[in-house]
Amino acid sequence: MARKIRVLIGKPGLDGHDRGAKTIAAVLRDHGMEVIYTGLHQTPGMIAETALQEDVDVVGLSILSGAHMTLFPRVRAELEKRGMGHVLLTGGGIIPQEDSEALEKEGFGKLFGPGTRTEDIALWIQSTMEDRWKNEEIQA
Amino acid sequence: MTGPEIAERLLRGELFALSRLISWAENAHPAFADALAAIYPRVGKAWRVGVTGPPGAGKSSLSNELVAELRRSGSTVGVLAIDPSSPFTGGALLGDRIRMEERTKDTGVFIRSMASRDGHGGLARAAVDACDVMDAFGFGTVLVETVGVGQSEYDVVAATDTVVVVLCPGAGDGIQALKAGILEVADVLVVNKSDLDGAEQLMLDLEDALRLRSIRRDGENSWDVPVVACSSHQGTGIDALRRAIEGHRAWLETRDLVGMRSHKRVQQVRRIVRERLEDELWGRHDDGSLESSLRASRTPYDVAHEILEPVLSSIHVAGTGRAEAGHAESGHAGSGHKGVRS
Ligand SMILES: Nc1nc2c(ncn2[C@@H]2O[C@H](COP(=O)(O)OP(=O)(O)OP(=O)(O)O)[C@@H](O)[C@H]2O)c(=O)[nH]1
Ligand SMILES: [Mg+2]
Repeated sequence: MARKIRVLIGKPGLDGHDRGAKTIAAVLRDHGMEVIYTGLHQTPGMIAETALQEDVDVVGLSILSGAHMTLFPRVRAELEKRGMGHVLLTGGGIIPQEDSEALEKEGFGKLFGPGTRTEDIALWIQSTMEDRWKNEEIQA
Repeated sequence: MTGPEIAERLLRGELFALSRLISWAENAHPAFADALAAIYPRVGKAWRVGVTGPPGAGKSSLSNELVAELRRSGSTVGVLAIDPSSPFTGGALLGDRIRMEERTKDTGVFIRSMASRDGHGGLARAAVDACDVMDAFGFGTVLVETVGVGQSEYDVVAATDTVVVVLCPGAGDGIQALKAGILEVADVLVVNKSDLDGAEQLMLDLEDALRLRSIRRDGENSWDVPVVACSSHQGTGIDALRRAIEGHRAWLETRDLVGMRSHKRVQQVRRIVRERLEDELWGRHDDGSLESSLRASRTPYDVAHEILEPVLSSIHVAGTGRAEAGHAESGHAGSGHKGVRS
């Protein structure tokens, strides 16, 4: 049985639109992943707590509020606090090119701006996780 | 991390170890058995409640209320919420948790979602393992939600101590529930969404159906299944539900709880054996090799016999006798145990 990629789709912050989050959850499911979506208005602490309880491999944040520059580092800090620093943290939303480049430089996974094909997000997660698992096997 | 290491961290109360060990159970990690052995002395204190019923009956919403009620009464709670995997892509949207999101802020509550995956009996094994892990961690109550369709889902709830079957108006009458066999597993029946029309009628139908059933049973010794009206939206009936569960627990505890539990462990042993055997066998015989055997114009029984032959002969050599024993309940017609010609 092939190992399944477990993904948490988080929706931190105050904006009240989760159509994008639900769409991406469905697309990832259709790519064979196990996806947990927990609804609107999650705090970084709640997202990290859920990631811990669900032992996910990936946390994807959907951020439309413009607060991505603060939310990504806060979620990462909350994850690290819980021993979940290994999680692949990625996301998308209304994120300008220069911001996503800045975040990627800080070690966040690829971030997906408006107009990204959802298919590409799924494929990127898949190949990134496959690489990671291959490396883990080699080390073990 | 080794089995004993993760076990030690779990027993120290590390949530990370708890969560990771459930993943090990789910993925049939080779070191899971070692870890379980180290925590097994702590397994058995939790009361296990299975919550099942048709899709959309309100199981998750009700579980959310029940967890809050259990917390008020002083119990910590571990929740295992099972949702189906897509048979086409193998993926899953695990949506139970969204109904319990308020509980995430409570450190006395732990919620884990699990996908049913291919359901080849592996689900029941993983689910029981996950319950054992939560039990050993120290939760007073372990609550398992699963939709009331499918053999492996049934096996999951059948492994708990108290089975709560959740129905709601508009999803058929009590007689349909009886036909579907769903009443047979129930220790407690809930008519959820009692704020909706038709709830009272469903209560009456169910009470009738239960009366019919108890006529066929040995009245004295059997548990009287209570029917509880709840509304998870209005928060009504939840305390009555908790009391009904406690009542069933008290009833079992004055009877043969140990016997009942060990009977369920026997089923677990059978599942483990079945899964290990199938993993071994199917690891050696992939679909392609089976198809080419079949193309050589042999019957499915001939091909099955060829696969089973080495296993069966080693059992016979070991002198334990009847190779077919213990297989009778598996229901895997495909393994052809009855028709093997020898
Ligand atoms: N009117 C009313 N609706 C309810 C009640 N409880 C749940 N619902 C609604 O019923 C729908 C299904 O609720 P869930 O709690 O997700 O049901 P479920 O049985 O867990 O569903 P699955 O896990 O998908 O099988 C939701 O739209 C809920 O809002 C209730 O007490 N009254
Ligand atoms: Mg549910």
